[in-house]
Amino acid sequence: MAETVPKPAGTPVIELRNVSKTFGEVRSLSGIDFAVYPGEIVGLLGDNGAGKSTLVKTVMGFHRPDPGGEIWFNGKRIDDWSVARARDLGIETVYQERALCEKQPIWRNMFMGREPRTKWGLLDVKKMRSESARLMSEHMGFTSAAVHPDNVVSTMSGGEKQGVAITRALYFDANLVILDEPTMGLSLTETGKTLDFVRNIKAVGKSAIFIDHNIFHVYPVVDRLYVLDRGKVAGVYDKSQISMEDLIDRLYRVARTGSLT
Amino acid sequence: MSSETTAKKPANNRVAPPSFLRRYGSQMGIIGVGLVMWLGFVAAAPAVFTNANIYLAFAQTTPQFGIIAIALTFVVITGEIDLSFPSIMALGTAAFCLVVQAGGAWPVGLVAAFATGAVCGWINGALVSYLNIPSLVITIGTSFLFRGLELVLMNGTGVPLTAEDYPAMHAIFRSTPFGIPIQTLWMVVILLGAWFLLNRTRFGAHVFLVGDNPTSARLMGIDSVSVKTRAFILVGLMATFSGLMTSIYGYYFWPTTGEGFLLNTIASVFLGGTSVFGGTGSVVGTFVASYIIGAINAGIVSAGINAFYTQLAFGLVIVVSVVLQTLIDRKIRRQSMTGR
Repeated sequence: MAETVPKPAGTPVIELRNVSKTFGEVRSLSGIDFAVYPGEIVGLLGDNGAGKSTLVKTVMGFHRPDPGGEIWFNGKRIDDWSVARARDLGIETVYQERALCEKQPIWRNMFMGREPRTKWGLLDVKKMRSESARLMSEHMGFTSAAVHPDNVVSTMSGGEKQGVAITRALYFDANLVILDEPTMGLSLTETGKTLDFVRNIKAVGKSAIFIDHNIFHVYPVVDRLYVLDRGKVAGVYDKSQISMEDLIDRLYRVARTGSLT
Repeated sequence: MSSETTAKKPANNRVAPPSFLRRYGSQMGIIGVGLVMWLGFVAAAPAVFTNANIYLAFAQTTPQFGIIAIALTFVVITGEIDLSFPSIMALGTAAFCLVVQAGGAWPVGLVAAFATGAVCGWINGALVSYLNIPSLVITIGTSFLFRGLELVLMNGTGVPLTAEDYPAMHAIFRSTPFGIPIQTLWMVVILLGAWFLLNRTRFGAHVFLVGDNPTSARLMGIDSVSVKTRAFILVGLMATFSGLMTSIYGYYFWPTTGEGFLLNTIASVFLGGTSVFGGTGSVVGTFVASYIIGAINAGIVSAGINAFYTQLAFGLVIVVSVVLQTLIDRKIRRQSMTGR
């Protein structure tokens, strides 16, 4: 790699060191070093099969890295990384496949895996309903009459479903929000809303990882960029170091030759 | 069934909460079917169905399978099935008999029985969820395993369970306080407990989520292995409860206890509106459906129809309710594909 790897100051919120992930014979990630610092938006670019989703699911604790790989959270090495652990530490993800349960009402989806309970230890269904209604109208701009918390997710449009997935990530006051292709299948206004949401994360001092095929969506909102290719980090750029045209040019080159230079 | 008509209504849920009919339509439908059938039986055999005794018998025998059906509803909502509960009924009760025969007090016997049921449920749940074996296949296997173990342990012989020898057990499982058969009181208590477990605890919430979309549930950090295993343990416990209740009711533990329970229990769950595809279901539906299934049984026999027809009726109930669910499910999915 020709460029010096830019390194912001401070301790990374999350850091992967030498992480590999093998599924049977297929090596999806090999020797990945990856870090997200407080208050920055990191873009993740790469072709289909470059390992973007696998990387995200490893950060999220869904996949366990192969032996030798390390996961560090706020400067501490964590061995028993799991989805529940990651969410407890304030990492939320908006998945490409949205991770919704479509036959369930909005309120069940909104609090999936983190259901609030009353002091008796019972499910606080009343709170789940009212909070869902409030969040849907306040954060996703649905007028309060448009979406009822008891509505089943399968009856909603693609944008509305994405709204549920994004609002869910936002609600839990995450320190790090991961967005895996959040604009896929969205209309222009919905895409704009989603990009505003990403900028908003930075405005309140939280971090985000933003994955998208569309470089025109990624480039304007991110601070740093990782380019993945065939399971390896092919390059890390500070946005100040590289123009969008230059980046597009390099992405073409990496897709063709597997090398950035 | 009228639940079909509720699905036919255009989904007008954009500006309004789902209507009462849409939310509770299938449950209303089940209750409606129950009422119509009851009126039919009254018309067919008025002498029998206006006699209070039949309702007494009915209230004593229906909970024998209804209690298991309530627990089985949890397993079906997680998208699985348990076919081994008839054998767990027998094996749990056998554990009770063996402990008492060995000189243990009846409460010790009860503890042993429920522990046995829980272990059986845990084995089913662990095999299904941890190893990802289809439950339909593995619970047929464990069904023979548990039944075989029980037959070996009991050497194929039964145990008398008279009221003189087991007064406390008869008070728990066979009395009629205030003129109400205790079996139905137990069923109501278990229904209330199950309703809270399903609708007001995290475990219940996760049962729905795991059954709806296991991948999404796992991505959001839900431990589907533990959720499914606990659902199977619940069936094991309730099967044991029912095994004891059924045996005390007949004053005798037969090594064949549980045979004949498979069809009516499963029919109760599906007639109750719980989806074969997982993700949706209701214990109240199962409760009502159990009494309908019980009524079919009693009604066919007392209306003077050959008892062979009961099996035909149960088979019909399972097939028709599952087909209807599938049609409704498809209709909803087609609506969502068009955007709404």
